Amino acid sequence: MPVARFWRDIPSRYNLYGSRCGSCGKIYFPTRHICPECRRSSIGRMESYRLSGKGKVYSYSVVHEAPPQLAVLKPYVVAIVEMDEGVRVTGQLVDVDAEKIDIGMRVEAVLRKIGDEGPSGVIHYGFKFAPVPD
Amino acid sequence: MEVGIVSYGAYIPRFRITPIEIGRVWGQDGKAMAKGLYINSKSVPSPDEDVVTIAIAAARSMMRRVDIDPADIGALYVGSESHPYAVKPSGTVVAEAIEASPLISVADLEFACKAGTAGMQAVMGQVGSGMIRYGVAIGADTSQGAPGDALEYSASAGGAAFLIGSENIIARINSTLSYTTDTPDFWRREGQPYPSHGGRFTGEPAYFKHVGEAAKMMMERMGTSPADYNHVIFHQPNGKFPQRMAKMLGFTDEQLSRGLLPPMIGNTYSGAVPLGLASVLDTASPGDRILMVAYGSGAGSDAFDITVTDTIRHFNLAAAPTVASMLENTREIDYATYAKYRGKILMKG
Amino acid sequence: MMMREVAVIGIGITKFGELWDYSFRQIGIQAGLEAVYDANLSGSEIDAMYVGNMSSGRFIDQHHVGALIADYSGMASNHIPSTRIEAAGASGSLALHQGVMAVASGTHDIVVVGGAEKMTDVSEEASNFILNSAADQQWESLMGATFASLHAMIACRYIREGYATREQIAQVAVKNHLHGSLNPKAQFQKPIRLETVLRASMVAEPLTMFDCSPISDGAAAVVLCPMEMAHEYTDKPIKVLGIGQASDTLALYQRDDICTFPATKVAAQKAYEMAGLEPRDIDVVEVNDDYTISELLALEDLGFYQRGEAGKAVEFGETEIGGSLPVNTSGGLKARGNPIGATGVAQIVEIVTQLRGDAERRQVKEAEIGMAHNVGGTGSTVAVTILGVA
Ligand SMILES: [Zn+2]
Repeated sequence: MPVARFWRDIPSRYNLYGSRCGSCGKIYFPTRHICPECRRSSIGRMESYRLSGKGKVYSYSVVHEAPPQLAVLKPYVVAIVEMDEGVRVTGQLVDVDAEKIDIGMRVEAVLRKIGDEGPSGVIHYGFKFAPVPD
Repeated sequence: MEVGIVSYGAYIPRFRITPIEIGRVWGQDGKAMAKGLYINSKSVPSPDEDVVTIAIAAARSMMRRVDIDPADIGALYVGSESHPYAVKPSGTVVAEAIEASPLISVADLEFACKAGTAGMQAVMGQVGSGMIRYGVAIGADTSQGAPGDALEYSASAGGAAFLIGSENIIARINSTLSYTTDTPDFWRREGQPYPSHGGRFTGEPAYFKHVGEAAKMMMERMGTSPADYNHVIFHQPNGKFPQRMAKMLGFTDEQLSRGLLPPMIGNTYSGAVPLGLASVLDTASPGDRILMVAYGSGAGSDAFDITVTDTIRHFNLAAAPTVASMLENTREIDYATYAKYRGKILMKG
Repeated sequence: MMMREVAVIGIGITKFGELWDYSFRQIGIQAGLEAVYDANLSGSEIDAMYVGNMSSGRFIDQHHVGALIADYSGMASNHIPSTRIEAAGASGSLALHQGVMAVASGTHDIVVVGGAEKMTDVSEEASNFILNSAADQQWESLMGATFASLHAMIACRYIREGYATREQIAQVAVKNHLHGSLNPKAQFQKPIRLETVLRASMVAEPLTMFDCSPISDGAAAVVLCPMEMAHEYTDKPIKVLGIGQASDTLALYQRDDICTFPATKVAAQKAYEMAGLEPRDIDVVEVNDDYTISELLALEDLGFYQRGEAGKAVEFGETEIGGSLPVNTSGGLKARGNPIGATGVAQIVEIVTQLRGDAERRQVKEAEIGMAHNVGGTGSTVAVTILGVA
């Protein structure tokens, strides 16, 4: 992936910046320039909004067949996480044993390597989710 | 101007491997190794962790424990000997991740295992001179030992971040000094995956001389003796070296124990002394005095004389994981998994 | 309401599977010519072509397959318009709908709609990687979500909600492999047992290899014309009664409820309304079982079953040939094969075959009205087509 495509999303990748509609207050991830609820009245009123990074597992799967770039992590866990702000996000779960994962489990965002462009290419860093210690 | 630690955060990866397991693979007596090194297990980073992610985890914990505007951080230095890039700073990712950029001075530092404390000195100078309000110094590593080499029993991963400032200090840095010579006891040439070392030469003329001299000079400068310190933290390439150093200088095991982590996590290189200090601060009381001496091969030692202040009573330690909690939440892996995680298996390109 | 009624007058389909001997252009032409012969056309009557294809650019490094297929069909000298349509797994159906609208509007009279995908010229890993791009590349695939794992997350939630059991989901594969064994064009020709599905190697928990449609090569084509001209070409014209297309968020995680595809409901509603029909009027249906779980969602979203009832219906054999609603008589994406861009057109070929009464061993008795349901991504594009005996 060309470096610019990743680079321009860094605020969302590192710190979960999405958008908040200045018209109805609804929160989106990633950034949207039009609120699907308010459409025209939201144009120019979408504000940058940082998610807290805390949420709970909405659904998940332990992935056994994955692209070569993720081979070293197999099996890894991918999840849809419902953030405390209500919006959902897709990401991997780390630092957890697969058998302990369940729907509703509390997690929070951590920053990990999410890929790279091969041994001589740039490294992509981005959010994953780890269980919140009790 | 008073300069000191305003906040800190630590991070140790969750995976562990034991010397017994490593010895099993290489036909060595792992049990004897564990005893000789005083390392019962060492931390192993997940394949998706590196110095950048460890530094960020530590820095974010540091930021959670205080209420300061990241924009007030004027400098950030990441000290490591395992930066993921040869060219391209680790620190920019960290600065962005804690939202301290763009008005900030960032650089990556390298001085074997003391790059983190070198960073502390650098930001101390800037805070003390009034150049910046806050500075961040991070020591982190994901060091590798060559397969089967003695270093493989100890080289591990972890790091800690320190917010240095002059307001709301939880630990005052009374003084710092460095003792530096050109002593090639351990090195890694550009492009080489594993470091080389001088075997027993790393002991007397290297570690013990530099750490010992720096410690003595600091006590001389401060007019102190070992008995004046509640805690002492020496660079800890294994559990044995700092124990011997402490004995040579007249410190007790009790003074050493709080900041001695190799038995549980191995040698975290640039993360070692910073993590030791984090461990001590996690349970420190106002008035506690700490002598900390880092060591970097090549060679040099940075000594610090530190006093914990009353402000630590109000420090929000619980906002982030303590060192003790990270020593508990672990998962042991076998050598095959370790080899896979650490990139020691030749993969198809 | 359509301006002109549209009929399907010719169908053609290649064998689906690993077609090592055949190139993209060969399979495209083979299906197209079969459809043209089936419609008793010479070729010069053809006014336009639409080609459904997901990713020839990445599978065979060839874009511009509209012109390619027209050229190798011998149409280059006729200079007919030929258009390639892409909507991931729904590419074939969208090409069909474009053709239907072109005929209905009076723009064209004789239209050939083809769908083709040549997937085995790249490695299996590369193929799966390309399929992942049907999801949100930046915020799903890059985060480690494979296309299978997105469906696995649907299944995880679906099971948790109590809508079906793991075994009921797996039964979809058993049923579709049984149907595939009756279809000589199907990629898989052998019935399988429930245990085989459950014990197969894990792809993304809880889905195993047998819950996933295969990587396939294949092409299918149909010929359309205005209903009023249809009897000039065939004794058994099949009428397009209704079409509906809908879209939804590209990413699955953006939906409130992942156990339903709202776009299926909307597309079906449009098609039912255009046809003046209801779910109970449908005699035979091809649904988008790219994963076993997808078939259960489809059966509920298309209005055939209440939520939580589809799994039981499959378990009790209601969706088998001979049951009250035969589903995926061709074997579906699961057993017939899933050459992405061809799939939507292949579904139409199957429904037309059933409505003509030509389905032989897998013939559904007295089938007069049939439906095809085709999905791109995780319910991000859905096309529904209702066909009937004229
Ligand atoms: Zn709005």
